[in-house]
Amino acid sequence: MSTVLILFCVLSAITLLTAFLTIFSRNPIHSAIYLVICFFSIAGHYLLLNAQFLAIVHIIVYSGAIMILLLFTIMLMNLNQEDEVHKPRFTRLGAIVSFCLVCLVLIKIFIDSKPIVEYDYTGEDYQSIKVLGKALLNEYMVPFEFASVLLLVAMIGTVLLSKKEKLEK
Amino acid sequence: MNNILTQIGIENYIFLCVVLFCIGIFGVLYRRNAIIVFMSIEIMLNAVNLLFVAFSTYHQDTQGQVFVFFSMAVAAAEVAVGLAILVSIFRNIGSISIDNLKNLKG
Amino acid sequence: MDTNLALVLLLTPFLGFLINIFFGKSLGKSVSGIIGTLSIVVSFIVTITLFLQINQTQKAISIDLFDWIQISKFNVSFGFLLDQLSILWLLFVTGIGSLIHLYSISYMHDDENMHKFFAYLNLFIFFMISLVVGSNLLVMFIGWEGVGLCSYLLIGFWHKNQDYNDAAKKAFIMNRIGDLGLLIGIFILGNLFSTLDFTSLETAIKGATNVDTFWLSIAALSLFIGACGKSAQIPLYTWLPDAMAGPTPVSALIHAATMVTAGIFMVTRLHFLFDLTPEIQTIIAVIGGITSLVAATIGLVQTDIKKVLAYSTVSQLGLMFLALGFGAYEVAVFHVITHAFFKACLFLGSGSVIHGLHGEQDMRKMGGLKKAMPITFWTMLIASLAISGVPLFSGFFSKDEILMTAFHHNIPLWVVGSVASIMTAFYMFRLMFLTFFKEFRGTEEQKHHLHESPSLITIPLIVLAILAAIGGLISLPTNSWLNGYLAPLFAHAEHEEHVLGTTEYILMAIAVVGGLIGIGIAYSKYISKNEIPDEDAEITGVTKVLYNKYYVDELYDSIFVSSINALSKFFRDYVETGIAALVFGFGKAANELSFQGKKLQNGSVGLYLFAFVLGLCAIISYLFLAQ
Repeated sequence: MSTVLILFCVLSAITLLTAFLTIFSRNPIHSAIYLVICFFSIAGHYLLLNAQFLAIVHIIVYSGAIMILLLFTIMLMNLNQEDEVHKPRFTRLGAIVSFCLVCLVLIKIFIDSKPIVEYDYTGEDYQSIKVLGKALLNEYMVPFEFASVLLLVAMIGTVLLSKKEKLEK
Repeated sequence: MNNILTQIGIENYIFLCVVLFCIGIFGVLYRRNAIIVFMSIEIMLNAVNLLFVAFSTYHQDTQGQVFVFFSMAVAAAEVAVGLAILVSIFRNIGSISIDNLKNLKG
Repeated sequence: MDTNLALVLLLTPFLGFLINIFFGKSLGKSVSGIIGTLSIVVSFIVTITLFLQINQTQKAISIDLFDWIQISKFNVSFGFLLDQLSILWLLFVTGIGSLIHLYSISYMHDDENMHKFFAYLNLFIFFMISLVVGSNLLVMFIGWEGVGLCSYLLIGFWHKNQDYNDAAKKAFIMNRIGDLGLLIGIFILGNLFSTLDFTSLETAIKGATNVDTFWLSIAALSLFIGACGKSAQIPLYTWLPDAMAGPTPVSALIHAATMVTAGIFMVTRLHFLFDLTPEIQTIIAVIGGITSLVAATIGLVQTDIKKVLAYSTVSQLGLMFLALGFGAYEVAVFHVITHAFFKACLFLGSGSVIHGLHGEQDMRKMGGLKKAMPITFWTMLIASLAISGVPLFSGFFSKDEILMTAFHHNIPLWVVGSVASIMTAFYMFRLMFLTFFKEFRGTEEQKHHLHESPSLITIPLIVLAILAAIGGLISLPTNSWLNGYLAPLFAHAEHEEHVLGTTEYILMAIAVVGGLIGIGIAYSKYISKNEIPDEDAEITGVTKVLYNKYYVDELYDSIFVSSINALSKFFRDYVETGIAALVFGFGKAANELSFQGKKLQNGSVGLYLFAFVLGLCAIISYLFLAQ
């Protein structure tokens, strides 16, 4: 058992456990916290795969921005003491059934796919920031610029949607 | 540096992502609170991102990571807009349980 | 030139119909009446021209307008055959037609729908002409159906009265039953000979050596059934008395002189076919004889003046078929012509009486009209003498020919015919005595208003009476112009010129004496003994059976009409509801389907997400696992 494998197993366990707990906890604040921990563990996976830039960006964007936003929204709507009425039995059954179904389908697909025989290793650098930057600004220049436009539009949309309507007096 | 996948094996990554994705789907179908549904969607997106990065390592190609980059940008934008919509729904109806959003009944 | 003449002949009445039906109301009564009459007069003039031409050339005129039906070997063209027979028929159809149109101008003057009446009359003449001049069986059939239609329209002319409508329906339906027979005959002939043209059929049938007489007999029988329907023989005769519900000019024109002779015309046209099937000819003669006798017995006790004349028509038609059944076509044609003259005169005269009494038709309430309506009286008297077979009037010659032919072929039928003739004389003079002699038996008010009818009514009466008197000249026993005229058509040696030997004179004497006995009995009963027929409630015994027409109508009703009614009731109750349920069922099924489908759109986001995931699973498994 190499250290890498042990590390992988631990990280995977944390990911799956926290993801599970996210769904099943009663309190939304608790769900948010568990999700943050899940994202951190995924960043750990990225680091394991030597994608340093992505790991940092992941932490900044997801844990740092998205989860904060979610937490703020939860607190805005005072969902702290939420107790949810159970969904009807039929729906729960349907959810469990579909979960198993999707799981089985996907696993079956991957089992039936071609076995992997060899791993390439050319040794050259393919994922450092330098290479990534070059790729972004040479080949993927247009999507890169459009991503900024997308973010701008999203920002404008969000502000517009969440404006309070002025009541006519 | 050795290809890390020779030690871990790509199948493990595949199984991990699949299970994570399915947990996300389960969460979408099972919970009634709209915020939790959002979180489950984020879980699904993350599973896919992880798989992309794993395959980019497998193919020794940078394209996988570029895609993850853009996927993260889109996810961020989506969460922002989605939460804005959720907030305005909350202002109108007073609850965010998706069972109450039945106005499209026909 | 001939084509143009023929087209003018045929289409002028149709033009009159169109003008009257569309513009008649705005043109006013007199103008529409004059237009109607003029169109028939034009046809009559054209007919005279053609008659003179044919009389001179002795050749038939065959006009082919266009090819109508062409199916491999079977060709039917739309054309006219103007030979001696059709011109002769046209002469009295258009001639008497124009007289009756003239009569109707005055008779129908009070009716608000007079223009429609003239339109229908013109349409009738148009169809009758096309029946007569058709060069093949199909064109004749067009006319056949058309006159049936016009008969229906005209019988039910006063459509506000439901009884009249029922009478019209009865006439049409009985005609239709006969038409089925006619159609079957046409089909058989078309199948056997691949042609329906009269001249081609004649050559084919006369020249055919190995023709199957069985099928020819079936065809002849079916054609005769068609003739029965149209010419009111047993068993399809009950419509004719009921058809008296129509206005009197209609009865005179259609049901005395023209439409009912269509059956005889058809049999005469196809004489070559009937000559080859002697069994069918026997059937024709027997049915003609029986009809003649039965109708005469019913006519003995009727009290409605028009009904007496109707049964008289049926009886006389029976005599004509009797002649046809012996192959004596010229004799039958002669009787058709003389019958047209005196029967039309009688009907128009009765119309004049009814008009004068403001609608009264019951003879028990008439009487003593001799002084008040002299012209009507004298003309009807002449016509009655003609129909009774009094010597030197036209009816004497034609009826005598028939009875002589019957005697030479089949003595029992001669007896039947003679008895029918004696009864005819009796009831005709019964009619005359009850209507015109003794004292008036109607109301005081009618008595005050008694007067002779206007001239437009009396002029046709006078003309027809003259024709009824002298009409016999066209076919005297020794020197028959008619036989010579029709000789090119009936080029067979069957008809022997009646040599006037002792037998013939004795027969003539018997017939005359019989007629005079009939008149004498009528005289003694109604003039000497002053009898008046009983009221309806007091009629008993044999008289009652005869008065109720042997209950034949009731018999037909119980056998045919009730069963058809029951059948249609069954269809309405079960089959129609079944079909309606089936058709509606489709709609209901679609409705149910959409109702169930509506449940998919219940607006719950959870369900939508669920369907989303399932669909995704399905697509993925199809793409990856099913290959």
